[in-house]
Amino acid sequence: MKNEALYNYLLRLGDDSLILGQRLAEWCGHGPILEEDIAMTNISLDLIGQAMNIFDYAAEIEGNGSDHDKIAMLRYEHQYVNTLLVEQPNKDFAFTMVRQFIFDAFRKPLYELMQNSKDKQLSAIAEKSLKETKYHLKHSSEWVIRMGDGTEESHNRAQKAVDDLWRYADELFFQDDVEKSLIENGILPKYDEVKQAWQQTVEAVMNEATLQIPTNGWTFGGGRIGRHSEHMGFILAELQYMQRAYPNMQW
Amino acid sequence: MVTREAILGWLEEVSDPEIPVLSVVDLGVVRDALQVGEQWIIVITPTYSGCPAMKVMEQSIREKLTEKGLPSVEIQTILSPAWTTDWLSENGKIKLREYGIAPPENEVDKSVLFSEPTVVPCPQCGSRNTGMVSQFGSTACKASYQCNDCKEPYDYFKCLK
Repeated sequence: MKNEALYNYLLRLGDDSLILGQRLAEWCGHGPILEEDIAMTNISLDLIGQAMNIFDYAAEIEGNGSDHDKIAMLRYEHQYVNTLLVEQPNKDFAFTMVRQFIFDAFRKPLYELMQNSKDKQLSAIAEKSLKETKYHLKHSSEWVIRMGDGTEESHNRAQKAVDDLWRYADELFFQDDVEKSLIENGILPKYDEVKQAWQQTVEAVMNEATLQIPTNGWTFGGGRIGRHSEHMGFILAELQYMQRAYPNMQW
Repeated sequence: MVTREAILGWLEEVSDPEIPVLSVVDLGVVRDALQVGEQWIIVITPTYSGCPAMKVMEQSIREKLTEKGLPSVEIQTILSPAWTTDWLSENGKIKLREYGIAPPENEVDKSVLFSEPTVVPCPQCGSRNTGMVSQFGSTACKASYQCNDCKEPYDYFKCLK
């Protein structure tokens, strides 16, 4: 395949959006208040829409009649290359918002810098997605502050979420030959610049929220090369159910 | 002889399925109509990446142009330049307010973190004593607000730049 590195990167980028979108959609009808039910499903819709644009481009590179639905619905678990962070279960609202915040704080500078990509379509996807991501980050950061600097109960839950999720954050900056070759060719931004911006956002918000960032350096990874936590299979069972039960079905 | 202007004029009769007072032209979703040889290409751009109304708009554009004698137009979706509420026509903003949806305020691109919600006047009574209920509303493009004077809840077509 021509452009194999870009294809593999698009799966990593798109799978993060798709799986987090699927996780957020699980809140539909279960939100703590109606407005948040609507907010989480709105954000889910944006993420799934972004995944669709990303997979459209991947399908174009792949050729052979591939399309965004085949990429999203018909791979096996080890072929998904999302980070472990996005597949973590929703647990409570604090956990969901902290997970979202860690992710949004990464996606905003990523898309900002990716707008300068030498690859025109990737730059267009970044430009489009950035506008939506700003609203997501605004929403998740405000909730992290509200809960962290809120009651004893909300603070403890938010702090527990930070303690549990922090070990998954580093995988967002995973680089192997795929990313390295794209960075070298000016298709992806330099990751240290993304990480610096991410760190500033995280520290500023956690500080305002009176939450402590864990100092333990232990981190988890594996998702980027298709090694997932036990949660992934359950997500796919639900995500892929219709296509597996009724192959090629259309709405 | 079909002209670009005629096509764009016809598309003003195609409405957004979620906000029927707006046409796809008012909304800024239709970017252009181009002729390549005998083929007309209608260039559109999504408002939000996951907007479910896009498919319906595409279908409605085809139906309208078929009705006008152009059955085989090609519809091309582009992502860049990315859609912005700046493209909403002035006429569109007036129609939105009359329909009960507050049109986008001309917000400067303020910082994402630690910023206060935008003040959006009530489309019913004009009061500026209003409050944001949620940044996310009934569709991707709207936020929920409530007027503290007339007490009416309303949608705000949120600014996207």
